[in-house]
Amino acid sequence: MANWDIFESTRKVATRNGFGEGLLEAGRKNNQVVALCADLIGSLKMDAFEKEFQDRFFQVGIAEANMMGIAAGLATIGKIPFTGTFANFSTGRVYDQIRQSIAYSNKNVKICASHAGLTLGEDGATHQILEDIGMMKMLPGMTVINPADASQTKAATLALVDHHGPAYLRFGRPDWPVFLENQKFEIGKAIRLKEGNDISIFATGHMLWQALEAVRLLEKEGIDCELINIHTIKPLDIDAILNSVRKTNKVVSCEEHQRNGGLGDGIAQLLALYHPSPMEFVAVNDSFGESGKPLELLDKYGLGILDVVNAVKKVINR
Amino acid sequence: MTNHELRRIASQVRRDIIRQVSACQSGHPGGSLGCADFFTALFFKFLRKKIPFIMEGKDEDLFFLSNGHISPVFYSVLARSGYFPVQELSSFRKINSRLQGHPTTHEGLPGIRVSSGSLGQGLSVALGAALGKRIDHDKGLVFVLTGDGELQEGQIWEAMMASAHFKADNLIAIVDWNGQQIDGPNDKVMSLGDLEEKWKSFGWQVLHMNGNDMDEVVSQIQKAIDLSRNTKPTVILMKTIMGFGVDFMMGTHKWHGVAPNAEQTQIALNQLEETLGDY
Repeated sequence: MANWDIFESTRKVATRNGFGEGLLEAGRKNNQVVALCADLIGSLKMDAFEKEFQDRFFQVGIAEANMMGIAAGLATIGKIPFTGTFANFSTGRVYDQIRQSIAYSNKNVKICASHAGLTLGEDGATHQILEDIGMMKMLPGMTVINPADASQTKAATLALVDHHGPAYLRFGRPDWPVFLENQKFEIGKAIRLKEGNDISIFATGHMLWQALEAVRLLEKEGIDCELINIHTIKPLDIDAILNSVRKTNKVVSCEEHQRNGGLGDGIAQLLALYHPSPMEFVAVNDSFGESGKPLELLDKYGLGILDVVNAVKKVINR
Repeated sequence: MTNHELRRIASQVRRDIIRQVSACQSGHPGGSLGCADFFTALFFKFLRKKIPFIMEGKDEDLFFLSNGHISPVFYSVLARSGYFPVQELSSFRKINSRLQGHPTTHEGLPGIRVSSGSLGQGLSVALGAALGKRIDHDKGLVFVLTGDGELQEGQIWEAMMASAHFKADNLIAIVDWNGQQIDGPNDKVMSLGDLEEKWKSFGWQVLHMNGNDMDEVVSQIQKAIDLSRNTKPTVILMKTIMGFGVDFMMGTHKWHGVAPNAEQTQIALNQLEETLGDY
């Protein structure tokens, strides 16, 4: 990675828009792709798919458990169903349906979840799920992906068409910087945005941009960070993580999720086994969210750019 | 296949149920025995199926078991239909077996299309398969069996509403209406009310049958098939007697999930003719 200055952003687009674009393209690419939505077509940006593929789209109403079961049935006969609703209703509300009818049954269902995390904003804690990554990564055989911008979300959606097996795709509501347009996306393969020698920062979802801004500030202070995007939380790119930490011996993880059960947990477990290293976690610490604007919330709950900066310094000064 | 022949197969299926549950001293004989006539008729007379098993089941009729705890009857008819060796029934609920306590695709047992056990999910899955078949202009029908106590799960009603909304007329549901569940009679645990009116008001065509009278089972399944492709899903409210075929198990919830001991097993088997040869 010669020049990391390429990761600039000139526009903001919500990651859910990337999903909508990816779903439409997926439908054109493969006629086995079908989509289901539980009364949130506009929010999930599924309108274009619905319009173009009316016979392959199912509005199931406000009945998420039924949606997961229908998706499992469609997958049984060879369809590739993409379900769409908010992350809260895509996971906690229907965990048993996913566990039995999809994961244990090894159905090729793609659970696509918008409005994840604090950046959902004003709707508050009832909808701001911060436990979904943990729930989903615990299910045997479940692939878990949390893209960082709209372009990566589109790429991930398309990649899932050719990836057989249950998967959870997590994205968000707010407009967010687009900065990964030219990056190759491969499920399970981390992307190194910047090489560095002093510390390894692993970031997923919206927090990659926060981490990138933090790295720029730290660079000015002479701290040489390595920044790696872990878009696929399960399966983890073990080699990418270990190769980086063997060099830096210091670690910070960044995610819009509870500290318990998230990306940081997974990295810490890996390092405990193979390369124990000082580590800090930029994540929500055992708390529910609240109403507010996305950036206000990130700051209040310890997920601001300066929180990443401080976490890095804390590890370095240990 | 004549109804007389079906009755003889059902007798063997009942023996298989008792022997599976007895061998591992675990499982659910009551509901399994009550549904043996229905399973036998469906698998040996009606289902258009391909063996060896293909998960996608193109142009086949599909069957989903939502109340997965009656796995012994399901395993018996699958084995007796030729999906897997009958001898494998001896591994039911034992370590390293494909015949798990509740049916699953996880161990690759031919004939199983989805895992079930946690109740209330099968009707949704069957609806999904029916909708997928419609996209493909597939000739097959989709059958699903649910328990009656299972209707207390909210997801069932979501799926009932959606099946009518989507005009899933290639979907046939059967309710095993034995009136019993683990803690006692349905009416005592949680009354199901007027099931016929409930299904009708949700937009289904409703049939009734005595699930322990083979003549009626055959005629009513045929009637349900004749009513399909008619813009509405169809349900058969199937009255059965839990434990049917074994006198001391009949009509009580006490044998829902209890295995007979050696002496009880012998008494039960003495009441069931061995017609196809025990495994």
